[in-house]
Amino acid sequence: MNLTDSNRDLTARVEELSGENVYSCYQCGKCSAGCPFTEDMDLLPNQVIRKVQFGDESVLKTETPWICASCLSCEVDCPKGNDVPAIMEGIREISLRQNVDEVDLKQMDTRGLPEIALVSNLRKKTG
Amino acid sequence: MQELPYYPGCSLKDTANNFETSALKTAEELGFDLEELPRWNCCGTVYSLTDDNLMKQLGPIRNLVHAQSHGYDRLYTLCSMCDNTLKRANLLVKEDQDKLKKINAFMDQEPDYLGEVEVRHFLQLLRDEVGWERVRENVKNPLNDLNIAPYYGCMLTRPREVGLDDPHDPSVFDDLIEALGANPVDFAYDSECCGSYNTVDKAEVVLDKTETIINGARKAGADLMITSCPLCQFNLDSRQVDLIEVAPSHEPLPVLYFTQLTALAFGHPEACQFSENSVDPTTKVEPVKNPATER
Repeated sequence: MNLTDSNRDLTARVEELSGENVYSCYQCGKCSAGCPFTEDMDLLPNQVIRKVQFGDESVLKTETPWICASCLSCEVDCPKGNDVPAIMEGIREISLRQNVDEVDLKQMDTRGLPEIALVSNLRKKTG
Repeated sequence: MQELPYYPGCSLKDTANNFETSALKTAEELGFDLEELPRWNCCGTVYSLTDDNLMKQLGPIRNLVHAQSHGYDRLYTLCSMCDNTLKRANLLVKEDQDKLKKINAFMDQEPDYLGEVEVRHFLQLLRDEVGWERVRENVKNPLNDLNIAPYYGCMLTRPREVGLDDPHDPSVFDDLIEALGANPVDFAYDSECCGSYNTVDKAEVVLDKTETIINGARKAGADLMITSCPLCQFNLDSRQVDLIEVAPSHEPLPVLYFTQLTALAFGHPEACQFSENSVDPTTKVEPVKNPATER
């Protein structure tokens, strides 16, 4: 693929939001090996990082960052010390800061849910 | 009674009230009076992972300002999510004076936070201050022959910087279970995420995890499971009711707060509010008679 300035923009934006150096990832795949949610994801966590390294904006349309629950299993396993959940949050935030919410409170059936479920869901999935 | 400043968080005042009542009774039996932090507010429940938005740090830091204003050098927590969020926000401002200055400048109605309050989980109180020996001495109803799966989840041990135990080989629940006279069960999913807040909009993702974690514990021989997180407790306990609807052969396993276990072992089943648990624990734990009410 040909890299353009807009590709570099995406990489820089994710790095700015997450505070992580995405190029330090050498694609060992340990994050994906330990992730408990890969079967629900459309891209493996290391593939998400690969797309960010290339500045591939299609990563903004993938489901994986919205499945990631910041459980930090990958964060304690990464041999490079990368905070993968922070990179996922950076990707989510790019959409959320354009006022594109992932969930709609009005559509939610909130009955019986504990308070922390709602507050954390809305903090992670709305802008 | 020694007074200890305590931050309950939202869930313990409502859906996880059985967590609070059992914890207060447990503390009382050990000689502590958990004094609720005046004017506490929501911690935010999840620590913000974005580097540039300090607004999301105001909730947790404001609580620490309240603690500081009351002269507390420590603040005790029960909910794993509150504990994690308060500890991480606290660490952020302790390590980054520039961010602390910005947050203090923004919260101009409150005194400046000095970064000196220490956040401690109730499990740290039991393990590091009380000690397992004293816990053992307070047991009036030994939980003999019960096999208990310790479910650590995510927020007690990760990340390492604020975790209260080894993220790959935690032991604090195992040690507690032993001190109460029961057997800790080793199972593969003790630190695997339950799906967390995805329970709101992706319940199917959580149901998969409920099934995996509960069945993993059952196959390892568990009679019940303990946790310290109201969201894990909901996903592992209440979601079993939904699981049975799609998988009628599922055998439910009771999931208790660890303080329900301590209160029970200390002879206070009335503080456990077992009726608030979705899967009835009383089939596994015989409701012992309370010496105080037995007349």
